[in-house]
Amino acid sequence: MTIQFNDETFRDDYSFRNSERAIKRFPFPFDKDSYMYAVNMEQHRGGPSDSIYEKRFDVDEHYVSEMRDRAMVLADDPLRCQSLPHMTLAGWDLLELIMVSKSEDYPDLFQLHRDGDQWHWINKPLGIDDKFTFMDETTLPYGPMEYITRQTQGDFCVLDQRDDNLWMDAGMITTQADWSLDFDIGMNFFEWHAPVPLAHEKGIFVRALKFLLNIQQGAPARRLNWTMTVNPLLDTSPENYHKWGIQKTELTPENIGSKQHLRVELQTFFRLPRSNGLVFPIRCYLCSFQDLMTSPKWGRRLHRVIRDLPEELATYKGFIDNRPMMLDYLSKFDDGLPTSNGIWPEFDTEPPLQK
Amino acid sequence: MSKFEFPPSIRSRPVYGTLEARPGKTHLMIADAEGAEAILAVATPDLMAATHIIYIPKGTDYADKLRALKPAQFYEGPTYAASVTRIQRVLQDAQMGLQVYLAGTEGLMGQAQNEAMKAGIPHTAIQTEHRGSIARRMQCVHCKGITEDVETDPFVCSHCGLNLFVRDHYSRRLAAYQGVCIDAEDPGNVPPQKGIYE
Amino acid sequence: MSGAEKIAVRVTEVSPLNELVTRFKFEPVAGGLLPTFSGGAHTVVEMRDGDITRMNPYSLMSDPFDQTAYTISVRRDDEGRGGSLFMHKNISVGDEITISNPVNLFSLDLRAKKHLMIAGGIGITPFLAQIKQLDRAHGNWELHYSCRSEALGSYVDYLTNTHPNDVEVYYDDQKQAIDLENLLDGQPLGTHIYVCGPKGMIDWVRGKATELGWPREAIHYEEFLAPQPGKPFEVKLAVSNKVIQVGERESLLEAIERAGVDAPYLCRGGACGMCETSVIDYSGNFIHRDHWLEEDEHASGKKIMPCVSRFEGKTLVLDR
Repeated sequence: MTIQFNDETFRDDYSFRNSERAIKRFPFPFDKDSYMYAVNMEQHRGGPSDSIYEKRFDVDEHYVSEMRDRAMVLADDPLRCQSLPHMTLAGWDLLELIMVSKSEDYPDLFQLHRDGDQWHWINKPLGIDDKFTFMDETTLPYGPMEYITRQTQGDFCVLDQRDDNLWMDAGMITTQADWSLDFDIGMNFFEWHAPVPLAHEKGIFVRALKFLLNIQQGAPARRLNWTMTVNPLLDTSPENYHKWGIQKTELTPENIGSKQHLRVELQTFFRLPRSNGLVFPIRCYLCSFQDLMTSPKWGRRLHRVIRDLPEELATYKGFIDNRPMMLDYLSKFDDGLPTSNGIWPEFDTEPPLQK
Repeated sequence: MSKFEFPPSIRSRPVYGTLEARPGKTHLMIADAEGAEAILAVATPDLMAATHIIYIPKGTDYADKLRALKPAQFYEGPTYAASVTRIQRVLQDAQMGLQVYLAGTEGLMGQAQNEAMKAGIPHTAIQTEHRGSIARRMQCVHCKGITEDVETDPFVCSHCGLNLFVRDHYSRRLAAYQGVCIDAEDPGNVPPQKGIYE
Repeated sequence: MSGAEKIAVRVTEVSPLNELVTRFKFEPVAGGLLPTFSGGAHTVVEMRDGDITRMNPYSLMSDPFDQTAYTISVRRDDEGRGGSLFMHKNISVGDEITISNPVNLFSLDLRAKKHLMIAGGIGITPFLAQIKQLDRAHGNWELHYSCRSEALGSYVDYLTNTHPNDVEVYYDDQKQAIDLENLLDGQPLGTHIYVCGPKGMIDWVRGKATELGWPREAIHYEEFLAPQPGKPFEVKLAVSNKVIQVGERESLLEAIERAGVDAPYLCRGGACGMCETSVIDYSGNFIHRDHWLEEDEHASGKKIMPCVSRFEGKTLVLDR
């Protein structure tokens, strides 16, 4: 299927839009009418055709514009991409993983030709055609992690595995849900998750870490996470919070449908073979409330989830002040009918809104 | 009274202990101000015979008491900044089996711990004991500037002037807690300052 | 799905090195390339021995960057349950077998300023791959290798020829021994120790290093426990509602698998924690042999690692 790449912005005039196809494949994160933390991991080995699960690294209509936004973030603040000295080998691991996956999964968009350590990489959507020597940093314009993640949607945490823990020792973080790589780099799994409420007490992180430490080569895993963002703003960094925080106060009952976005992260986990590290890509998908409401099932469910969410979580996810206005809007799309299990919209079988 | 009981907090916040003599060929003790009391408490003639003390008095008068312990090497520095190249030099020549002991303010311990980690000692093997001031070393997440000795919450970033609230989230690499703009969603609405632990 | 992803390989070389150790080379049946790996990784080799499927972990010793073939070396254990004997007697060139994707529980700490390797006997194999990885990255390393005799010194010639200044060999029968205290004394800050060999050697190195003030995180070790034979015993599997017999020469994990119950595993050597199983009820004594559970967990009677541990007594009910 050919992808038409949008020409759009994630700042200033916010011309970002989802096509009908993009809405249909949006990873709605709630498989039932309530939400609580869980170690909701599953194998990452494909999924329904044209779903965001189908390929190892999903490429969609926002690809070119997202990469342009990333370049702007990095030009303003190069500290969003950092790699501690011992992580270079893991960077090559990541470059290899992405180049091999994308060239196999999207042969019309990406090509990789290898002759020993002489590699030739062609990225058609971004107009890149580079020849370089694998494992020789001097032959690339950036370090291997930065080079490949400037060409791949989503944030990337590259983790070192040692002492029965995972360490955030490298990353490319420009579309984050309010955490700072510059601050968190070098922390272990429990430390960088320290600010998350409730989950530590429930033992979520102990179980999640045990799972992640045992992720094996050839057996990647995935899960969904979510938060809320006003405006389709990718760069919700703490670094710029003093600039974008004010936008949260600009919601009105009239504009909430178009301005309020559900922000979903597709988190995947791959073992990196040469370094024995782990890469944790965090791919961000945005969808406005009004686009979500085109699915009767999602409309019913989102209202119930947001209504019943514990206060600590609404605070942590940063929308406690706006929750009453969200519920006023969402309640119009909840007629009380039951919903089917699972995250998919089920446009064909779910009854239309009865009010 | 130089001991303070920190309230329980999140997993990234450092937890300090009480110094104890550990087996090792050589010992490096770095302290500021009332941190001297922790060294005085752990010192024995045998331990001191293999110990290098680096001490920053910050206006206190413990230096003579430390000198009287007869450590193998003793250095009194006027500030941490003035002492850090010496610390780096000592660590550069050090060998496995070196034991590191840090005592005093959080800012001193955090920065010295970072030097020891860069030299190859895991942070869990570095002993710390808090004494004296409970002021914090804060990083402004916005401008990246470090403000030393912060005692109030919120406080004003000494570099960019934003009003920041004090988080317990702590970075060993920066040896600092995180400060985040408190009035981003309501500019000018800054709550009155109070002590961090009030 | 249990264990790591699997790969079908053909045995393309079987080379006896000395009276105890034989080297095997594997190439992919499907052609193409094998996955890369990191120095210290192992693969689990499946052996169909009558109605028993044995799965033994062996360290990969080939160059981690060489994707055309993997090599392992197997030391024959005449006292064991037969896995290594099976490899020596029943595997020959041309055979097709199944191995797992590489798994690394003995990884290099890439931050180390120096890597100090200590090997005993067949424990040399993971270091052969780690040395190739470090040489490529111009890493700083040094190897001390203790063997029983010149005749049993696998890869001694290769190592001393290629790295004459970095390898020191010690022969037991010539009364040569590693002078550990002197070796550990004076190592630069940021040195990491790696030890692979018999349990006695690992305990000796860990104990001495700790005594000299080395941090726990700077001491790495790998000891694969081959499951030891023992008295047969009966187990009830509560979830699958089956009663199974564990034979003298099979492990509890193998018996569970033989009963058709899918149980998670990875290393099958008591190290990775993957097969940890809850005990619902018991009357008798556990013979815990793993490195995974803490002492108080061993004493609690609530957990068992079925890959290496056994049981003696009347009743054992497991949550499987």
